[in-house]
Amino acid sequence: MSAAEITAAPTGRGGRMARAQIVNAALALGLIGFGVGAWAMGETFLVTLATKVAILAIAGAGLNLVLGFGGLVSFGHAAYFGLGGYTAGILAHHALNYTPMFEWPVLFEGTTSMPVIWLVAMAVGALAAAVIGALSLRTTGVYFIMITLAFGQMIFYFAISWPAYGGEDGLPIYVRNGFPGLNTLDPIQFFGLVVALLLAVLGLIAMLARSRFGLALQAARQNRQRLMAVGIRPGGVLLVAFVISGAITALAGALYADLNRFVSPSMLSWHLSGELLVFLILGGTGRLFAPLAGAGLYIALEHLLGGVSDHWQFFFGLLLLGVVLFARGGVIGFLAGGRKHG
Amino acid sequence: MSMLLLIEQLLNGLQSGLMLFLMAAGLTLVFGVMGLINLAHGSLYMVGAFACAGVAAATGSFWLGLAASIAAAAAAGAIVEVAVIRRLYARDHLDQVLATFALILIFSEGTRWLYGSFPLYLNVPPSLSGSVTLPGGIQYSLFRLAIIGAGLAVAVGLFLLIGKTRIGVQVRAGEADREMIAALGVDIGRLYTLVFALGAALAGMAGALVGTIQSVQVGMGEPVLILAFVVIVIGGIGSIKGALVGALLVGLTDTMGRVLLPSIFDLFMETSAATSVGAALASMAIYILMALVLIVKPGGLFGARA
Amino acid sequence: MADPILDIRGLSKSFGALKATDDVSLDLRPGEIHALIGPNGAGKSTLIKQISGEIAPDAGEIRLDGRSLSGVDAAGRARLGMARSFQVSSVAAEFTVLQNVVLAAQGASGATFRFFRPVMRDSALLDPARDCIAQAGLTGRENVPAAELAHGERRKLEIAMALALRPRLFLLDEPMAGMGTEGARALGDLLDGLRHRAPILLVEHDMDAVFRLSDRVSVLVYGRVVATGTPDEIRADPEVQRVYLGEEA
Ligand SMILES: Nc1ncnc2c1ncn2[C@@H]1O[C@H](COP(=O)(O)OP(=O)(O)OP(=O)(O)O)[C@@H](O)[C@H]1O
Ligand SMILES: [Mg+2]
Repeated sequence: MSAAEITAAPTGRGGRMARAQIVNAALALGLIGFGVGAWAMGETFLVTLATKVAILAIAGAGLNLVLGFGGLVSFGHAAYFGLGGYTAGILAHHALNYTPMFEWPVLFEGTTSMPVIWLVAMAVGALAAAVIGALSLRTTGVYFIMITLAFGQMIFYFAISWPAYGGEDGLPIYVRNGFPGLNTLDPIQFFGLVVALLLAVLGLIAMLARSRFGLALQAARQNRQRLMAVGIRPGGVLLVAFVISGAITALAGALYADLNRFVSPSMLSWHLSGELLVFLILGGTGRLFAPLAGAGLYIALEHLLGGVSDHWQFFFGLLLLGVVLFARGGVIGFLAGGRKHG
Repeated sequence: MSMLLLIEQLLNGLQSGLMLFLMAAGLTLVFGVMGLINLAHGSLYMVGAFACAGVAAATGSFWLGLAASIAAAAAAGAIVEVAVIRRLYARDHLDQVLATFALILIFSEGTRWLYGSFPLYLNVPPSLSGSVTLPGGIQYSLFRLAIIGAGLAVAVGLFLLIGKTRIGVQVRAGEADREMIAALGVDIGRLYTLVFALGAALAGMAGALVGTIQSVQVGMGEPVLILAFVVIVIGGIGSIKGALVGALLVGLTDTMGRVLLPSIFDLFMETSAATSVGAALASMAIYILMALVLIVKPGGLFGARA
Repeated sequence: MADPILDIRGLSKSFGALKATDDVSLDLRPGEIHALIGPNGAGKSTLIKQISGEIAPDAGEIRLDGRSLSGVDAAGRARLGMARSFQVSSVAAEFTVLQNVVLAAQGASGATFRFFRPVMRDSALLDPARDCIAQAGLTGRENVPAAELAHGERRKLEIAMALALRPRLFLLDEPMAGMGTEGARALGDLLDGLRHRAPILLVEHDMDAVFRLSDRVSVLVYGRVVATGTPDEIRADPEVQRVYLGEEA
């Protein structure tokens, strides 16, 4: 379903929409089926791989809100991903080492509870996105791309040069954080948790896209001058989207840290920002399920090509170039048809 | 902190600023003239460094290596422009970002394939090895001094090229209006290839020079690329003058920040904490500079937009 | 004479050495169509942009209902009821007609930061939007993406969006350009009826329409108002005949 089509309900162009929804359902069921099937066959590694796809899809979904719907090419979303990861790592680090994080105004000893970690990670991501967004949104176009990239890099270098939490070496998390009522160490249970979050996030984004806010956000992508002329300031709309986006991507980062039981500056690297963009273009920009399709395809290629050649990125680069130059609709565009845009 | 050390660091900052200028000049020209954001500019820097290392190792001559770096980067730039970049001028920025990101993957992985992951080291040519004593008794590396000279010379040359020659006029006209200059009978395709190759040559040269001081390895171009973006944001996109001022500001802020901030914090903190706080802040100094410029002048210091 | 709704005093704007707006004073009174004519490059669009708040004047003052608009941005002015159309159609191209007009109704409502209810089921916006679409003569085209509209239809869409803003006044920059005789006449009839809802500052090159519709006409040449008056006065003005109509003939 393309961004414009989301808000076209209830009178949208029926056939095409239905087809996009079938593709979306197939993607969601495909992911769940893959994870459950791998678990049934005892392939723990593949369950973990499917979990990774789901987490990266959440991160991509955060980016999709600003890029696909708002038209903002943020090249610094690794910042929120990494900050989410470090939030999880640092909270768990203090809880596991029995070193209080801070003692004033109240004693806080860190935590290994996932729900708490998620909330804190999202708050941290939202705050960082608010500051970076407020500065970056003073500009548009190429400036915006370069500036988000630069701020992402700033946080990356900060993480490298700040020794308290492992600096360049990163920070291990010795125990997977817990969720009430679940054994998160069991791969399939963790997978289920992540998939539930992914679907919740996609649902949230679909809801936002259909709302008044979403209408203004999508108008900001198409024509800021027009938005101003109907009395809506694009800046505020885009900033709110940016903050929500940062929170979602930070949530993914916290999950990723738990998946790997390790956080390092590589989660903040600009390569990761680039990869998140790549997911969206592979999946089909502006489509709700693009992050899932793109992340799935990327991880699948990494493992298939990676099995053939150590230099799989070379071939992946060629493929990506081909997609950008000749197949803008991405996977979902190919499967579901429909206009491309963005 | 001695005065001598301070001056030495100032020179280092000047040197790294000038190398950044070589990178940023190409980027800003390509953006100003063609409206293209090129992430693969860092790959051309890397190509230059590897070409220099390869040729210098084969022939034993640094100078041949340097010439090769410029030639190889320019050639790589021209080929990439004709094969890929051309198709991107009319595309939106997202496509440009993704396609040039793909080029980075291709260049980096291709180079790793050919040369492996281990860093290569270049030898400073004998005629420029050792150090000189500057007025005031400062000992400074002759090679770095030569880099400063080369950077200044290129900067002057570039200003003359843009300001005084026919090509420069065409470039400036191209910034103003593509159709206009096509109507004047200039072969716009050739002009674009030329500008792109020129930017690539400058990047390749910077890669070879910096590679000689540091090391030559895959991925070396990426941090520099991002610094060059910071430079352009500070200076204003499309402005060569802005690129020069921005590059010097960034080079000096970065170098001086790393030296000064830890010792400033040392005044009111214990040394180990001061070192880590200072280092962490120093790593962010140029980005803070960028943020300040953005708040005051969102279009950059010399940007066309207010 | 009723107090003017829009009152412009001594407005000036230069682009470098070019005085695009040179000490312009004019007003817009309730119930009137005030046409702004002038040769290409006279500074008509530049004047509209200063009124709508897209560019800031160098000097002078703009008042809406007696209240100075300095410091109010384009969005703020739109919310105060300044509804404008653009010389080059400017709509959200991927949105349908209905979505575009709902967007305008949403802007007028002042409530954009609502995240839960689907906007396209919000009758508080849909009802007025459908109404405006009908008035602009686009009924039946609600679900067509703006990008697929014919040129004339896109102009009508701009009018529908302006209507949805619950306008205090209209700023229309060449709404009839490229419409063809039939379309221009139909649009003229529409504008004719609208003036009683809110007065119209109408930039237009179509002289038939201008002289048929307007209550007053101002002539802008090189950024200066060289004449203001009724259509008859303008037709008779020797200065206007020399600099403007003379050019046309
Ligand atoms: N942003 C700008 N920068 C520099 N000059 C401008 C700018 N905008 C307009 N101009 C110049 O100001 C003058 C007035 O332009 P404007 O668009 O207001 O004319 P107009 O009366 O609307 O013309 P037309 O009938 O062709 O629409 C023109 O000479 C134009 O080139
Ligand atoms: Mg005009």
